[in-house]
Amino acid sequence: MDRVNHGLRRIPPGAIYLLGAIPAAVLIWQALTGGLGVDPVKVLEHRLGEWALQFLVAGLAITPLRRLTGLNLIRFRRAIGLLAFAYASLHLAVWLALDLQFRWAEIAADLLKRPYIILGMLAFVLLLPLAATSNNTSVRKLGADWRRLHLLTYPAVLLAALHFVWLTKAWALEPLIYLVATIGLLMLRGGWQLRRMA
Amino acid sequence: MAQNNRTTRTFGLQPADVTPRALWLNRRSLLAGMGAIALTAGRPAQAAGPYSTDLPPNSLEDITSYNNFYEFGFGKEDPARLAGGLTTSPWAVQIDGLVERPGTYALEDLLAGLTIEDRIYRFRCVEAWSMVIPWNGVPLAAILDKVGVQSGARFVAFESLARPEEMPGVAAGLLNFPYREGLRLDEAMHPLTLMATGLYGETLPNQNGAPLRLVVPWKYGFKSAKSLVRITLTDTQPTTTWQGLQPAEYGFYANVNPKVDHPRWSQASERRVGGGLFAPRVDTLMFNGYEEFVADLYKGQDLAVDY
Repeated sequence: MDRVNHGLRRIPPGAIYLLGAIPAAVLIWQALTGGLGVDPVKVLEHRLGEWALQFLVAGLAITPLRRLTGLNLIRFRRAIGLLAFAYASLHLAVWLALDLQFRWAEIAADLLKRPYIILGMLAFVLLLPLAATSNNTSVRKLGADWRRLHLLTYPAVLLAALHFVWLTKAWALEPLIYLVATIGLLMLRGGWQLRRMA
Repeated sequence: MAQNNRTTRTFGLQPADVTPRALWLNRRSLLAGMGAIALTAGRPAQAAGPYSTDLPPNSLEDITSYNNFYEFGFGKEDPARLAGGLTTSPWAVQIDGLVERPGTYALEDLLAGLTIEDRIYRFRCVEAWSMVIPWNGVPLAAILDKVGVQSGARFVAFESLARPEEMPGVAAGLLNFPYREGLRLDEAMHPLTLMATGLYGETLPNQNGAPLRLVVPWKYGFKSAKSLVRITLTDTQPTTTWQGLQPAEYGFYANVNPKVDHPRWSQASERRVGGGLFAPRVDTLMFNGYEEFVADLYKGQDLAVDY
């Protein structure tokens, strides 16, 4: 594991941003060239949301991975978090512009009435301060508060996973997998936290 | 193709009655590009009939590659990918309950002597997307007349095929199959209510519910049950699959209604799919635009209660 970790140290975090941007680039290219089928708006919207959720869950998995396997990906956590935020932003933008097409009355009604949209929007709002403080200056300035602030990640990921589960017409497997993974990762952390306090 | 030719003969349809497919496929561009003159070349434009919309239909590819048919999986591409192996011939439909001549009818016998009509209908999915589909089929009323509806019948229950060895979604138990739907008798007898046997003048593709499916254009798409194997006339309101799954979200009526939202999303507007990334969202019409034909059926009913 040390050898793997040593090798990983040679990868600059910047490379993660580049890698992480590839799915978005491919999706946008497909969307513009008719590669996303009959309803490209829905596909684009869903895939962007899926990637956001995947990055969120990946970010959540980094500490447990290190504790359970020794694999150290902590240097990439900021990049993964910011990528999650970028995909969530694109997901929201597609919903507003291409799906709802700025029909503000309907958007407002959705935000007030629809549980899964409320959950998704709440998750996004929780990510805002996290993204805004994902820089060295903020870490230095906020000190211990930074850690506390970034505990918001946990409810944000949980809300995002619930948002996905709630929107499907029947019980589909994929959203449930994310939900179970999220709850599992949160319980791991909760367990460690309790043990430390005991 | 052989199947199609035979079908054409059996149903007493002349080749000239069917718009050549090329003309269908080009109709949109003809209309847009060359105006009315083009339409007089060759065969005149499809006679719209009182029930067909003038809207340009979606392409055959749109209609056959984007389907909700959970017997083949939850994905909209699953039916096109996985329905190819469905055996649709021979096909029999059991008709029972309060009918004069119950029995198991071969599809050919059920359709014999009936005229296949062209109906270009708006199709509005409960998921807030829509298409325009040129169906071919017979009014359900013609089939029900054939078997004779007893005077005590008030509802019609429909059952779709559930054949696990040919339907992976059934094998996986994605829903409580067989899929069940239902209509009130007056809805079933309404001239708009169609039993589709084809689209674009060709045999109905498997992913669209071959060989026989219900089409009720003023209701959300899930009411239009596919690949029907059983029709039962009853005096009590049947329970439908979606009602059984989520009664608070899916009612028996499921009329398209922009003022009655699905509990989890708005039904005020819809995106007409097939128009690419920037296809406009349009307002959803009461009864999907068929208000003048069907509003009378629901006089005195509170449609927010009977959703």
